[in-house]
Parts: sequence; structure tokens; C-alpha cells
Amino acid sequence: MSAVPFLERAPIELRDWFVQLLPGPLQWLTHHLITVVAILAVFGLFFAFTTVAERKLLGRLQNRLGPNRAGVPKFSILPWHLRHKLWGLTQPFADAVKALTKEDIVPTAADKVLHFLAPVIIVGFSLMGFAVLPFGRLLIPVELDAALLYFFAAGAATELAIFMAGWSSHNKYSLLAAMRALAQLISYELPLILSVVPIILVTGTLSTSAIVHAQGFWTFGLLPHWFVFTPWGAAGFVIFLVAALAESNRSPFDLPEAESELIAGHLTEYSGFKYALFFMAEYFGLTALSGLGVTLFLGGWQAPCAFLEFIPSYLWFMGKLVGMIMFFIWVRGTLLRLRIDQLTRLSWKFLVPLALLNLGNAAFWVLSAHWAGPLQLVRWAVSLAVIVIPFVVMGRSITTGYGPRSYRYAP
Amino acid sequence: MSCSDQTGLDAELLAFGRQSGPTVRAVHDQFHGDLLEVSMGPQHPSTHGVFRMVATLDGEQIVKLKPVFGYLHRNHEKIAENTTYLGSMPYTDRLDYLCSMTTNWAYALAVEKLSGQAVPDRAQYLRIIMGELTRLVNHSCLVGFLFNDLGTSFTPLLYAFREREKILDLFESLSGSRMMCNYQRFGGCRVDPSPAWLAAARALVDNFPRFLDEYERMLTGNEIMLARTQGVGRLDPAHAVNAGLTGPVLRASGVDYDIRKVDGYGFYPRFDFRVPLGAHGDTYDRYMMRILEMRESVKILQQAFKDLPAGPIMDPKAKIRGFRPKPGEAYGRIEGPKGELGFYLISDGSPNPYRYRVRPPSLINLTLLEEMCLGHTIADSVVILGSIDIVLGEVDR
Amino acid sequence: MLGTGILKGLLVTAKNFTGSYHDPKRMVTVEYPEQKTVLPENYRNFPFLVSESADDPMGTLRCVACQICEKECPPQCIIIEKSKDKKPDAAGKQQFYPAIFSIDTSVCMSCQICVEVCPFDSIKMDKVFEIAATDRFQDLLLTRDRLAKSNSYYHQIHPEEAAEVDGRLAAERKIAEEKAKAAAAAKAAAAKPAASVNPASAPAAPAPKTPPPAA
Repeated sequence: MSAVPFLERAPIELRDWFVQLLPGPLQWLTHHLITVVAILAVFGLFFAFTTVAERKLLGRLQNRLGPNRAGVPKFSILPWHLRHKLWGLTQPFADAVKALTKEDIVPTAADKVLHFLAPVIIVGFSLMGFAVLPFGRLLIPVELDAALLYFFAAGAATELAIFMAGWSSHNKYSLLAAMRALAQLISYELPLILSVVPIILVTGTLSTSAIVHAQGFWTFGLLPHWFVFTPWGAAGFVIFLVAALAESNRSPFDLPEAESELIAGHLTEYSGFKYALFFMAEYFGLTALSGLGVTLFLGGWQAPCAFLEFIPSYLWFMGKLVGMIMFFIWVRGTLLRLRIDQLTRLSWKFLVPLALLNLGNAAFWVLSAHWAGPLQLVRWAVSLAVIVIPFVVMGRSITTGYGPRSYRYAP
Repeated sequence: MSCSDQTGLDAELLAFGRQSGPTVRAVHDQFHGDLLEVSMGPQHPSTHGVFRMVATLDGEQIVKLKPVFGYLHRNHEKIAENTTYLGSMPYTDRLDYLCSMTTNWAYALAVEKLSGQAVPDRAQYLRIIMGELTRLVNHSCLVGFLFNDLGTSFTPLLYAFREREKILDLFESLSGSRMMCNYQRFGGCRVDPSPAWLAAARALVDNFPRFLDEYERMLTGNEIMLARTQGVGRLDPAHAVNAGLTGPVLRASGVDYDIRKVDGYGFYPRFDFRVPLGAHGDTYDRYMMRILEMRESVKILQQAFKDLPAGPIMDPKAKIRGFRPKPGEAYGRIEGPKGELGFYLISDGSPNPYRYRVRPPSLINLTLLEEMCLGHTIADSVVILGSIDIVLGEVDR
Repeated sequence: MLGTGILKGLLVTAKNFTGSYHDPKRMVTVEYPEQKTVLPENYRNFPFLVSESADDPMGTLRCVACQICEKECPPQCIIIEKSKDKKPDAAGKQQFYPAIFSIDTSVCMSCQICVEVCPFDSIKMDKVFEIAATDRFQDLLLTRDRLAKSNSYYHQIHPEEAAEVDGRLAAERKIAEEKAKAAAAAKAAAAKPAASVNPASAPAAPAPKTPPPAA
């Protein structure tokens, strides 16, 4: 343990010191409670700051400042905060107070139990995904052999909650919208999982911490061996990104929440804190999926170069996570919404075949690992060709009939 | 048609107009079976104003669509009968509130035809400058809102509005108000722009194509945008001509009809500009019409700034007060940014018009909404409505 | 290739994002009320009445209650009541003045037609827009005491326009004075031979009515 730097060990040692203070029977319970509370606190705050970061980053994309008026009341002793109002960082707390003080309206004809359970289930299962993400070298809440299987199972259970929300509202249009949302989520489960299977193939394990350890080498101490820098890994990462956007109902796949689609779809009958819970679950799902993407493709808590290892591993993980979330915010600010039939066509006719081809590509990669010298270049070329050529061909086939046009002028 | 059929039709219309209750209800159609009738009510973020679309859906497809408007009716034409000709000018600002300068011009044209009033050269050039700047303003709004309906979270809208703000600032420094300009008069213009204003306007116009290039780079090649707008809302040119559509909607279907070329009002024949035409008549063509027209407007503006003559901006013989045109009638029309905007006036020699009628391009372009939307989904209907470019102030007057 | 359009779009938004930190053209927010945009000179909001002196705005109004603006106002938001007596104006002539002059700002549409038709340059457009009221009726009716503002205020808000108006009014006054002088001289010339003819009627010739110019 002493070979590991102090900053890395600090959280673990803090927890162990606290647990030792308590009597024996309570120690197991306290040990796990501290882990759970730490995750809730860290990712709860992360969610709060993601919302404000999203609004401010979207604002900057749109040539305007984001919210910067919500500040701490005048009781603060800091003289400069009154001018800058803390750059709007207290906005999420203001939003939380607003959501809590709103009237909770439940339709009279609604199924009360399901209506109440839906937001609870969705938040619960979204949070459960965090249990298997390795946040740092020593910081993984639960070490499971079947971590990936567990993660995808928890993620799929959230889709049930969306349908519960639509069904229990007793509103015909909410039900239709919930069915559409469910169709979208189920269609994109497949590319999501298929993009991850090559990694299981290559590393031979379902355990997330083992996968991160498998990416822990550097050629010449400079080039990391993250899976995203291999051809099959890059393709898998792109498919994973698209599927993650669709799974968390974010633009360009935010059809279930579109304003132009007749109110708020399956969330029409939810108000106040329950709506905030759905919102929170969406962000938790996004963070968990981003965390998984970082773990599987971007090397998890590994530093990009050998000499940068003095920075603690959990900071690397957080940095990469923040980078991925910023990328998602960037995409949200730029792209348009896809229609439901275009969404599902994209998934079934484009992403799933490409993901399957990628699987074969990864198998080829594993089998050709022993090729030496110039054959390595052949290996890379073949691997890239197996991805790029079908991408171009299939891309052309799903966009037939669409294309830029030239216009004539009146004589 | 017998008397009883008439009353049956009226009864149905009255019942439809008065219906209240849930915004979503089931109806039974003997042809299609069970359908869902959805009312995208007057309060809705995507209907460009207080406008209601009652759509009957078979699953996701629209089988019937009835537009309901009149929520913004303000008795404009009746008020004009009780107001002097000059007094109606500020009301015309508020008809199509995004394009006040061109609406003013159409009204001034109609009154000048009625009274045989002449307009000095400088005023004609200024009118063309303001008209084309208004076309830039309107098309920026349309392009921005179209993308908002398509689902981008406000980014293209704010880029377009950033440019529109610069033009509105120009209007503010010239006429005193950003949108309700009240600028044209019968016989010329109200305010003469200073050389500083002309220089600022010239600089803005010279910079405008760069904004259009950036906008097109961002969006015109976007695959999602192509998939959402191409083939959506096709309009047959024969139907368009029969229904009396005008403006970019008509030209997107391939019909060559631009009143600036047909009538040659103002000094437009002196300017060198082209009229873009579409081939498919879908939403993508309607969007591209606006982009191409913005480029042509920039060309016209550059020529106008170069050739702007010195001189009076108002005919010295024009009367502000006590204006009584001789009895008669006149129809003055212009190629507004939305289509043919016309004013039909009947004068009986008194200071107030006897009859004042506005030909609103938004309303007439809206009549074919059902035809364009049949077979598409609700999401597409919002996009198609956005591409027709309506302003409820003009639809309802 | 599929995706190139999307990538180009992402690059444009990235350019706007980075530009918003250093390029003023790409950050257009004005943080009101700490920062305010500069209103152009021609900006108009609601009308106000011009008075000659700042010390007595209500007493030295240029308005002579001719009621032309009331008639020409399209939404008919001006309410004027003529006074019974007359007061001398800036040129010394006796004129009526408005006993009541109110503008209903809930009706006024800032069209500026009252300014265009006023023959006395007495009603002009003001520029204040921060006049939100808490009462829907009384506070939105601007009465004469709230409307009367001095000529120096007019110079402050519309310098070019006020200078032009003052120049024109001064020129007109000069022409009127010279005309009156010429008329007086002609009358004096006509009175002299009349006095030599009929001394009894000489005192009947009235003195020239050129009062001292007002302050």
C-alpha cells in the first residue's frame, strides 16, 4: 500500500480510519454506507454543476452569457461576490428549491402507486450503475466479476420506469409518447452493447477494473494503449457515443422531450419534484454511461503519459468524464432532432451491422496480435479498411435521395 | 345547393368553432377506423403565434388538418375606415410586425396610386434599401425559427438574430423604432439617413454574406437536416398557382413569379438581380429560397448604396394634413418577404377611406397547409408550418 | 461521406464558443441594468411637451392648444382642454394654453404623428422607457405636469433636432419682427401725412404694438 502515492490512498485511508472508530458489528455497514454517501454526494454535486455548466456552455455557444444572476444572499462576508454573484454557480440550488416548492399534481384517474414509483425507480436504477465504475486505482465501490453485465442490466431497468410513467398517467397521448420513447431506448440498447462486446473479446473479462488495467501500458512512455487508439476501439467508441446519446434521450435523439411534439410526452403529468427526479435520472444515466465510456475506451483512471502519473488517478477519471460531458453538450447545441422513424432506421440498419462488423474486426485484431514487424502495418490497414469501407457504403445507402441541391434562376 | 344543406354546413362550422374540451380526443372515421384528433392549441411554443391546428391522426400520420386562426383579429380594416389615410400608416406597421418597412411601402404605393402622387428619386432608392433590409430581417427570422422547430436548441436562431439585431439597430437610429418604423409617407420617406448611417448600413451589408456562408456551412450540408426537410411538405406548382400562393413558397415549387420583376414597381427595373427557383417544392427548397434571396438582396443593396442620388426625400407638394384623394379605387402591391402584399383602397373623397382591404400573403399561403401536411407526421407538420412563414398579425389582421 | 456535414456544423459552433471569450462580435449580451445600450438620437418612446424655460415648465409651454394633434392621433390617446384666458408666448403674442393635456400611454403607439403635424414644435418624442407603473389606469395617464419638460432637456435628448428647431423658430421670429417693424414704419409713414391733414385724428393713431421680447 505504501508503494501507492499518498493522494491515491487518502480517501480509502480516511474511510478506514473512520470505520475503525466504530464497534465491530457496525463496521461492515458503515464501510459501505460511507461509500454510498460519497458517491451520492460527489455525483449529486456533479449533476448540479452539469446543469449549470450545460446552460453556461450552451450560452457561450450561442454568443451569450449563461445564467449568472442566482447568487448567495447578502449574508456573505466576501466583498466581491455581490458584484459577480458567483458566476451563476448557485443556480442549481435555486432550481432545486423551486422544484421542491412546486405543487405536486397527480391526475385523478392516474394509477397512484405506479405514478409515484416511476421517478423513484428511474433514479434508483440510474444510480445503481455507478457501483461498478472504477473511479480511481483503489476507488471502485463494488468489485464484481460480471460488472458490465450488471451495468447494462441496471440501465435497462430504467426503461421500464419510462413506460410506467406513460402508462400510469392515464393520458392517451402520454402513452403513445412513452411507447415511442421505449422504442427508441430498446433500439439503441443493441448498438450500445454490441459496441462494448469487442472489448470483452479482447480483454477476456467482464470486470471493469480489469479492463482499465488492460489499458495501462505506454509505448515509449508517451503513447497510451487506450482502446480508443485502435481501429476497432475507435469505431466502437463512435458507436458507443451515438448509442449513449440515444439512451439518455439527449439531442439529437431527444424526441420524447421535444417541445414541438405536443407538450412533454410521457412526462406531461409530472410536476414539481417528480419532474426534477426524471431530469436528475437523465443526467445520472448520462454520467454513468460517460463513465463507462471512459472506463472502457479512454483508459479509465490511466494517465495519458507515464510521467503524468503523479496526478491522482481519480482526477484523471473526473477530467475525462468532464471532457465527455462537454462533448455531449457541444453536440446538443449544434444538432437537430431526428424523427422517430429515422432514429430507429439509423439504429437497426446502420449501427447494428457496423457494430457486428466491428466485432469481427476485433476478433481479427486479437488473432493477428503476434504478427511482427511490417505485418503490423498490414494489420492496421486491414482493420481500418474493415471499418471505413462499410461505413462509407452503408452511409451512402441510408442517405439515398438526400443530398445538397443546386438551384436555377429565372431567365 | 338547397337551403337545408347550407344550414347543415353552417351548423357544422359553428360547432367546430365552439368546441371545447380535451385537446386530445378519439374520433371514429368509417374509412380509417379509430383516429386521434389532436388540437395543437393556440398556446404552443411552435405555432409561431396564436394559431391552432386541429390534426386528425391515424397512428402517426395526419389524415386531416384544419387550421384555426382569428385569435389575433384586431379589426384593422374597420379601424382604417374610421381613421385618416395617414393615421392608418402606424397600424400597418403592426400587421406583419417583422416587416414594417415593406408593409408601409405597400400601403404608401396604394395611396399614391389612388391620388396620383409622385415620389422623388432619392425616396424610391431609400424605399428599395429599406425594403431589402427588411427582406434580410424577415428571412433571418424565418431561417432561425425553422431550425428551432427542427429541434436545434436555439443555436441557429440566436446566430440569425445576432445579425438581425444589427439591422434593427440601423432602423432604430433612422426611424426611431426597431420594429414599428412608420417610415414611409405618401410621396416619399419620413427621415433622411445621415452619411454616417449610410456608411454603417453599407458595412453591415458587405459583411452579411460572411454570416450566410457560416450559417450554410453549419446547417445546409447537415445530414440530419437533409433527412428532415427534403421530401417533406411537397407542393405541386399547379395547386400553388390555383390557390393564389405567392412569394418564396411559390417559387420553391418552380413557378417564376416575382412581383419585383412582373410589375417593376419602384425603381426595381434599374437593379440587376436574379430570382431563384426551386424544383421540388419541399421544405428544403423553401428554406434554400430564403437563403438565396438573402444573397440577391445583398446584391441589390450594394447597387442601391452605390447609386443613391441626392435630393429631397419627400414630394414638396405632398400634404400631411387634410389629405383627401379624389373618389376612385386603387390596388397597390409589392413583393413582400412573405409574398404578394397588396392594399386595395376605395376612396369616396373624404379623409377616411371608404373600403380598406389588405391582401395578407401569410393567410393565403396558409390555405394549402393541409395539402402539404397530409401523409406526414405531427413533427413534420410543425416544420412545414414553419417553412411557409406566417405571422399571425397578418393572417388575422 | 456520412457525418461530414455534422462535423462541419460542430466546428462552426466551436468557433463561436471560443470566439465568445475574446471577440466582442461573438458575445452580444448587455447585462441590463448594470450595462445599458446607448439609445440613438432618433429613438422615440412617448411624447412630451416642450417648455421654453426650465424654471417654470408648466407656465411657459409652447403648446397653444390648437388640438391638431388630438385630431390627428390615430388611436386618439391625447386629451386636450383649451384654457379660457390667454398668456403671452415666447414671441410675446397672446395665445391660449392647454388647461388639460393628457396622454394615455396605455393607448399611445409612439407613432410620432402628433410631432409631425404640430405647427408650433411644441410636442416632441421623449426617450425614457423605464416608466413602468404599478397602477393600470392612473399611473399610465401622463398629465401635463409629467409631460412638460424644458427646451434644455430637449437639447439633451435630441441635440441635432433641437438645434434645428431652435434655428428655424429663431429665423421665423426674426422674419415676423422685421415684418412687424416694416408694418409699423409703413403705418407711421401713413400716419404722418394724416396728422398734417387732420391734427384731431392724430392721437387716434395707435402706438406700434411691439412688446418687449420675453426672457
